[in-house]
Amino acid sequence: MDAIILQILNGLDKGSAYALIALGLTLIFGTLGVVNFAHGALFMIGAFCAVSMQRLLNLSYITLDETQKDFLGNPLKVKTPYVESWFGPDMGAAIIDWSVPLAILLAIPVMIVVGIVMERGLIKHFYKRPHADQILVTFGLAIVLQEIIKHYYGANPIPTPAPDAFKGSFDFGVMLGFDPNAIIYPYWRMVYFAFAVVIIGAVFAFLQFTTFGMVVRAGMADRETVGLLGININRRFTLMFALAAAVAGMAGVMYTPINSPNYHMGMDFLVLSFVVVVVGGMGSLPGAVLAGFMLGILEAFASMNQIKSILPGIDQIIIYLVAIVILLTRPRGLMGRKGVMEE
Amino acid sequence: MSKFHVSRRGVLRTGALAGAGLALPTYLRADTGYLNAPTGSSVTLGFNVPQTGPYADEGADELRAFELAVEHLNGEGDGGMLNTFSSKALQGNGILGKKVEFVTGDTQTKSDAARASAKSMIEKDGAIMISGGSSSGVAVAVQGLCQDAGVIFMAGLTHSNDTTGKDKKANGFRHFFNAYMSAAALAPVLQKLYGSDRKAYHLTADYTWGWTQEESIAAATEAMGWETVNKVRTPLAATDFSSYIAPVLNSGADVLVLNHYGGNMVNSLTNAVQFGLREKQVNGKNFEIVVPLYSRLMAKGAGENVKGILGSTNWHWSLQDEASQAFVKSFGTKYGFPPSQAAHTCYAQTLLYADACERAGTFNPCGVVEALEGFEFDGLGNGPTLYRAADHQCFKDVLVVKGKDNPTSEFDLLEVVEVTPRAQVEYAPDHPMFAGGELGSCNPGA
Repeated sequence: MDAIILQILNGLDKGSAYALIALGLTLIFGTLGVVNFAHGALFMIGAFCAVSMQRLLNLSYITLDETQKDFLGNPLKVKTPYVESWFGPDMGAAIIDWSVPLAILLAIPVMIVVGIVMERGLIKHFYKRPHADQILVTFGLAIVLQEIIKHYYGANPIPTPAPDAFKGSFDFGVMLGFDPNAIIYPYWRMVYFAFAVVIIGAVFAFLQFTTFGMVVRAGMADRETVGLLGININRRFTLMFALAAAVAGMAGVMYTPINSPNYHMGMDFLVLSFVVVVVGGMGSLPGAVLAGFMLGILEAFASMNQIKSILPGIDQIIIYLVAIVILLTRPRGLMGRKGVMEE
Repeated sequence: MSKFHVSRRGVLRTGALAGAGLALPTYLRADTGYLNAPTGSSVTLGFNVPQTGPYADEGADELRAFELAVEHLNGEGDGGMLNTFSSKALQGNGILGKKVEFVTGDTQTKSDAARASAKSMIEKDGAIMISGGSSSGVAVAVQGLCQDAGVIFMAGLTHSNDTTGKDKKANGFRHFFNAYMSAAALAPVLQKLYGSDRKAYHLTADYTWGWTQEESIAAATEAMGWETVNKVRTPLAATDFSSYIAPVLNSGADVLVLNHYGGNMVNSLTNAVQFGLREKQVNGKNFEIVVPLYSRLMAKGAGENVKGILGSTNWHWSLQDEASQAFVKSFGTKYGFPPSQAAHTCYAQTLLYADACERAGTFNPCGVVEALEGFEFDGLGNGPTLYRAADHQCFKDVLVVKGKDNPTSEFDLLEVVEVTPRAQVEYAPDHPMFAGGELGSCNPGA
């Protein structure tokens, strides 16, 4: 029982990442009709916003320490971050320690700008082109973006730790009456799950309870009629693209303490998130969230030793197997709209 | 009756002609009859490193080392380890008087891409030797290609037992240590620090290097009394290891061995620390994590999670011997930071190849093989070293290292815990972990 609870918890944080990326993917598909294969790259750019914030806060001045030598025998260059000299060592260190959550403040405007530039500069030219063209051009864009990041940040993963307050893990097992160490779960993963729930809730609330959201939902249902009413739906859709980029970016920022970011992390998530969208139903926001969490949990279960001993390698293919089964039995996905991508 | 006159001039002329006649076959044998024999004033080497993909940073460091080695071979710079190398055949005038030039290829850390780039360098650029690489899968693939083509392969970073085990080739040579040596060096230190009564849980990358690393470290730790609780294979493409790490504490294990390299190791170690494994007590002992193969770039990627974690390396820039210091000075002065172990092995391999050509008096691969087999040397940073003839594996001291608690810079991440003497990591050529495959005979390619 404890092993099952443990894998459900593991699946929740994995599913959170899938759901956040898939939410943006399906939002873009539902509004603009574009299959955006560069969406994983937006997640990756968000993660590198966290790296940039960390570097920004660690900008330092250098003093020479004559008592210590560097590897060439020269006096050691000691770096002191400016924030520590401005706010004092303790306060400065605390600000640096919180660089990942603070990076959200950087990521939101950066991702909105990136989203608008991407949509206006490239993707709008492919609205009326076949999906295959859209996939090709956005996939190419993703490769370009990741190579730019690699050029400036290198290929090696860059550690971006969580604040000290969220390091370590919580013993759920003891709380639920199991033995100590039976169910442990890192604090930051709990934060990530809670963050995902808040963001997903906020996106739904925005679409459900604001006039802007209502117009967007109307546009998703019937773009032409909304346009005939004199509403500039294209501008709203551009902003939705920017919103989707910001969601992916924030998901990337908060993911960095879980796994050190590297330039190809977007690609690692993209294919799985695309499968999540297809399983959930193209253009269905609740479907994307449901499928994200469902597939995350299934993937975690498939990694259990007990399962792998019966079905070796199942952890690598489980998501695709489920996708095949669902698409064979329900071609529009779990919660897909009738007629969308069914032909 | 004719008179037979013997003049001084006649004897000299006949002697000169006879000498030239006798020397001719040697001359022909030395400079022709093999692939890509250099005909001009230069010789071309091919450096095949990952320039794109996840190991691009390691590849960039290898390339820096190759460039430095070429500089030193051509008599430029401060000479680096040419000054400390026990063999004095190299004079800083290229190789056999020919200026050293090089071409590069991108392995992408993919076997097919690596073979294609090596093939291109051999066939289009006339490379006479291929070196570099950052993966055992790539090394085995390129080694096979070089054997078939008829050029020498001086492996870069490859740690699988198979490279000089079941996949060994006569034209291939490995300076880097292997999984067996890591385990043989690490096990006694683990016993000393963590005791003999331990239960180990292995997470292993599911490919050739992971399998041999797991086999080696499990055998070495079991030999000193540890019990192996479980061995779990993880997909090479995995990025989040939480579902593999979560069951570890329930397994009764008190040590987690991460047979992972590169991005796999960075993520699995980060996940293990996140789950609080290092703060746990199991079986009345502190829970420990072990990373059998370390690299500085991996340590950098994992950040503070490496603190106190034991592993092994082939070489480290903090070594104080004259050769290591000479290399660190050359490299650090040119590039501004200390070299990695990948850079060190690539630099050493280039010098060893050049020296073998000089001693053989030819670039002919068969001459080079003969010169390298059984070659004993010193002064390249690892102490007295042997290139064993039976499998073309270098035998030298191995470093046991651990993540430094208080690093002074972004490069000062590991500290040497013990230099394990060569005798302790040696094994018989027919050891079961290296069984199968034949070295075969050298192929000159023409």
